[in-house]
Amino acid sequence: MSNPIAIKVDDLTVAYNYKPVLWDIDLEIPEGVLMAIVGPNGAGKSTLIKSILGILKPIAGSVSIYGKPYKKQRDLVAYVPQKGSVDWDFPTTALDVVTMGTYGALGWIKRPGQKEKKAALEALEKVGMLPFKGRQISQLSGGQQQRIFLARALVQNASIYFMDEPFQGVDATTEIAIINILKELRKAGKTVVVVHHDLQTVPEYFDWVTFLNVKKIATGAVKDIFNDDNLTKTYGINFKVSVNK
Amino acid sequence: MNFTDYTFLVIAIGTAILGAVCGMLGSFAVLRKQSLLGDAISHAALPGIAIAFLITGAKESNVLLLGALISGLVGTFWIRGIITKTHLKSDTALGLILSLFFGFGMLLLTFIQKQPNANQAGLDKYLFGQAATLLIADVYLMAIVTGLCLFVLLLFWKEFKILLFDADYTKTLGFNTKFIDVLITSFIVLAIVLGLQTVGVVLMSAMLLAPAAAARQWTNSLSTMVILAAVFGAFSGVFGTVISASQNNLSTGPVIVIVAGVFVLVSFVFSPSRGLLFKQIRFMKNRRDLELYKTLSFMHHIAETHEDISHPHSIKLLNNFQGFTRKTLQELEEKNYITISGLNWSLTPEGFEKASNLYNQNFKDE
Ligand SMILES: Nc1ncnc2c1ncn2[C@@H]1O[C@H](COP(=O)(O)OP(=O)(O)O)[C@@H](O)[C@H]1O
Ligand SMILES: [Mg+2]
Repeated sequence: MSNPIAIKVDDLTVAYNYKPVLWDIDLEIPEGVLMAIVGPNGAGKSTLIKSILGILKPIAGSVSIYGKPYKKQRDLVAYVPQKGSVDWDFPTTALDVVTMGTYGALGWIKRPGQKEKKAALEALEKVGMLPFKGRQISQLSGGQQQRIFLARALVQNASIYFMDEPFQGVDATTEIAIINILKELRKAGKTVVVVHHDLQTVPEYFDWVTFLNVKKIATGAVKDIFNDDNLTKTYGINFKVSVNK
Repeated sequence: MNFTDYTFLVIAIGTAILGAVCGMLGSFAVLRKQSLLGDAISHAALPGIAIAFLITGAKESNVLLLGALISGLVGTFWIRGIITKTHLKSDTALGLILSLFFGFGMLLLTFIQKQPNANQAGLDKYLFGQAATLLIADVYLMAIVTGLCLFVLLLFWKEFKILLFDADYTKTLGFNTKFIDVLITSFIVLAIVLGLQTVGVVLMSAMLLAPAAAARQWTNSLSTMVILAAVFGAFSGVFGTVISASQNNLSTGPVIVIVAGVFVLVSFVFSPSRGLLFKQIRFMKNRRDLELYKTLSFMHHIAETHEDISHPHSIKLLNNFQGFTRKTLQELEEKNYITISGLNWSLTPEGFEKASNLYNQNFKDE
């Protein structure tokens, strides 16, 4: 692949309470890939994304987005957090949550207006949630909540998307709907990084993959490195996924 | 007690304003699940009152409250520091600071009271509050702070909302979440300090949380919640003042808190969407509907075996199905799903359709 590097991570080390969770990670993600991050629970997948996004401060190392620090490239990046990271009983509606995707571009104090509302409605439409725009978010199913989160990121109209387990606890219809949107993003030249759990679907959904377990095990094209050897190194048990290519 | 009395009016207006500002800010504490925060702040303020008195010898509430504000802020941001630096659970940090400051404050109060010639009478009013000592100047101060709070709330409404819902995401958008957080917390400290004279250290956090917890029950919109909480808080203040004024021996602070508690109780029981009562009613109705549909689908099962769906079948046939009662049959007939003649029932076309839809629905859910 001769695409430019969209995301570059150098010597990244992150710890909570002095316990290292990510150890000396080097990573280059080329523009335009749809990449899965795989690894067992507690491997540091969420931590890696949060460190790239500046939510967590690393002990050492640096991250750049198209050659510049994240702070300068915020407009290029959108984030879909793990669904369980927020309280869905919060008093607000689907449309309101999606509108939050416009807040970054609005900046301080300015309120969302007609333009922002229109953008939010379009994103709701794209994820098939327009009929639910006025729905209180606690009254949505897990899959619908996930679509709302995706729509909120789509509103940002970014070049790079980070998604933390977008398929967790969603129904099959939603999974297909989401993966189709991700593939569309890739087709539009965007870079999409997804924390993913279902190893069986990796070759079908993604073209790029990073194996992570505190350390980076491997990163590259799915067709080159998605094999039993790397899976075994990452998951620590003798792994045999028969992947039909 | 004369309700047009000047002192009474001052106290009533003061407690109403206090209730309103506490309700507004309490909404944020409730939604962030920081229910201990109010307790920690008010307890942390106590040593500040004592120290301010020791230094200045003054008894004017403004001087003492300034002391309270300073030690409240110190305590609060110390807690934040502990939480972010050590990753102690926030409850632990809050509890720690709360007891540390309160213990120190009590120690100082005891020391002050033992001093022979000190003009110390009345400092203990900050423990349980004494609304009767409110002066018009105090009320002005409350009004100014409330106005300021309202202004900041409107100005940063969008930032407050998104921070409350999803702090990590807010950070990725480029907002300084620390600033927003400090802003909210500072106003909460300010409101609590203002309430100390009226409600006291011990009950202050109830004043903060109760109106907001009650308001949450009635609405699914943040703005409505904040407004309702302010209204509930203001009413608690006024009702509490009226009740304690008409019963000479009741002190105002605790009565206000009890009134706010009644708001909570009523809200948790009677709110249409979240209240226990309607939940129970909905539950019972659902169970009744379910029983009805179970019977109907059993009938559908029998009717299907016959070419004519409305062919009459004996009620006895239902006997090996436990879920039906005479009442169920009656209700089904009322809904026009079946007709009953003598000891026989037969499905109507509507009933047949309803029952087949039930099947389809079940199938789709699987
Ligand atoms: N806020 C936190 N405080 C302390 N430890 C944490 C925190 N968040 C995550 N961890 C720990 O860091 C490790 C990696 O977590 P995480 O990045 O969430 O893993 P993954 O997303 O791969 O399941 C785990 O051992 C987890 O227990
Ligand atoms: Mg994770």
